[in-house]
Amino acid sequence: MMQRLLQSRGLAQIVALLVILAIDRAVSPQFFDVRMQDGRLFGSLIDVLNRGAPVALLALGMVLVIATRGIDLSVGAVMAIAGAIAASLADTYGLPLALAAALGAGLLCGLWNGFLVAVLGIQPIVATLILMVAGRGVAQLITEGRIVTFTAPDLVWLGNGAVLGVPTPVAVVLGMLIVTGVVVRGSALGLLIEATGGNARASELAGIGTRAMILAVYVWCGLCAALAGVIAAADIMGADANNAGLWLELDAILAVVIGGTSLFGGRFSLVLAMVGALIIQAMNTGILLSGYPPEFNLLVKAAVVLIVLLLQSPRFASAGAVLGRARQ
Amino acid sequence: MTSKALLAATALVAITLSLPATAAELTVGFSQIGSESGWRAAETSVSKSEAAKRKVTLKIADAQQKQENQIKAIRSFIAQGVDAIFLAPVVSSGWDAVLKEAKEAKIPVVLLDRDIDPSGKELYLTAVTSDSVHEGAVAGEWLAKTVAGKACNVVELQGTVGASVATNRKKGFDGVVAKNANLKVVRSQTGDFTRAKGKEVMESFIKAEGGGKNICAVYAHNDDMMVGAIQAMKEAGLKPGKDVLTVSIDAVPDIFKAIAAGEANATVELTPNMAGPALDAIMAYKAKGTVPPKWIQTESKLYTAADDPQKIYDSKKGLGY
Repeated sequence: MMQRLLQSRGLAQIVALLVILAIDRAVSPQFFDVRMQDGRLFGSLIDVLNRGAPVALLALGMVLVIATRGIDLSVGAVMAIAGAIAASLADTYGLPLALAAALGAGLLCGLWNGFLVAVLGIQPIVATLILMVAGRGVAQLITEGRIVTFTAPDLVWLGNGAVLGVPTPVAVVLGMLIVTGVVVRGSALGLLIEATGGNARASELAGIGTRAMILAVYVWCGLCAALAGVIAAADIMGADANNAGLWLELDAILAVVIGGTSLFGGRFSLVLAMVGALIIQAMNTGILLSGYPPEFNLLVKAAVVLIVLLLQSPRFASAGAVLGRARQ
Repeated sequence: MTSKALLAATALVAITLSLPATAAELTVGFSQIGSESGWRAAETSVSKSEAAKRKVTLKIADAQQKQENQIKAIRSFIAQGVDAIFLAPVVSSGWDAVLKEAKEAKIPVVLLDRDIDPSGKELYLTAVTSDSVHEGAVAGEWLAKTVAGKACNVVELQGTVGASVATNRKKGFDGVVAKNANLKVVRSQTGDFTRAKGKEVMESFIKAEGGGKNICAVYAHNDDMMVGAIQAMKEAGLKPGKDVLTVSIDAVPDIFKAIAAGEANATVELTPNMAGPALDAIMAYKAKGTVPPKWIQTESKLYTAADDPQKIYDSKKGLGY
């Protein structure tokens, strides 16, 4: 019974999220309090959604890359580049051009990664490592190593504004989730991506343009990362090339993995990757609210991630079932 | 070549050789860590202007965060026969061999901004650094003086866990808190020295402390985290600088903008001018043989709204922060 429940797709993640939210409520009694503040929802729960937005966006691109059996380590650096471009242009040229330039840069970064992986056949972890290292340098060149601040109100709105009371970053994630979902699940595209990841050679022989598939997922991943970078810059009204998106590629990969997508590719779930991002952020916010000394932050995080992954492991579930039976 | 010409040539060579010794102009080689932060960039540009002010030729080598590059730079400074070497060490150990070479070449070495392991103590002339425990104490004393005995709940945004600057700035502040029963640090978390994390951590502090009503003051280990925290307070409908007192460390330009706008109260300066005192020490040493103390502590100056923040912002803005 327990085994079957745990193996039904997505249940482990949702249970994990609920448990973490319950723990958050236990350490901070006002966790679920939500009120309006300056036309924007305000509360710890909203913080979880809002702070989780950049990683959720990264995960949205990353999950498709991982579905093709790839990985993109460069998303954090792409965030820094896009943020730097948007912040440098916003005050002089306005939001439309700044946003177009930032997203365009993300697109180019994605094309570069896709070209290395799909056309030159370099292993994804190595191919994207190049941009992970070089990209931050590019961002630092754009900002000249300083924090570039801006005041353009429409760009600030992207990070700090609200759509019908919902913080803009959360609305952007929802919009992107719907667009991505409609494109990949509303057509056969998702299936083709999974086929490419499952067995690229067989898919190629079956007539799937696997190169185009791989190129497309990296481009989409670059675009999502650029959007996350713009939001992160808009949030602090400045582009911090040294720190923006730093190590977030790991959080994004973690979100995808917690969401039950295998690193071996072949299947993916967009919604569960979002749940994964929420689990990570609910945990981060809970740690901040708990008042424990910061030395414990990483330990708590590691322990929670381990538990969530164990819950998903089929062997662990069957071992649990065996133990349960033995006790009876 | 006639003997006359030879004589003239020898005389010329002798004059050329004696020139550096007679003229007061010094050549100093500076092995800088890199440009990882705005403060570092400001330190480099202030070093250049301080050297120009004293008519000293400063050769700067950017090590891009690598010790091997710094060692190479020091060796090339020794080969060039500079009058002194400034070193901002990227790590604290592994300097003994190269500093011995400098000592054998009789070139004095001055450490800037960071210290090295005690084993190398005899190998450098002096170290010009700030005392980060003292910085924390200056911040704490400002707060103690400002609240003047009233009970005050403080939230603290720490730097990166394990960074010595963060540990020391906490220690200095805690020392003052221990002496003032009315001050109490109610929450303390790391904001990793960044704006984004400073904002996120402050958001959760506000929620955990009754919407910010229980918070009397914020202490941040650097200004960048405070800039983020100020945004979080504004978004929560609080008035930083009025409802909640703020004090942070570093004195970067953007905090002066906030002080000028009445959204921040005080900052303690980590001066980017480490080269100035170092140059003075070297010039006195070269001219009169005055041996400076082993440690030259830079001033940790406190700035508030009374110090014309707008003017300081304008003067600091161009330094590369």
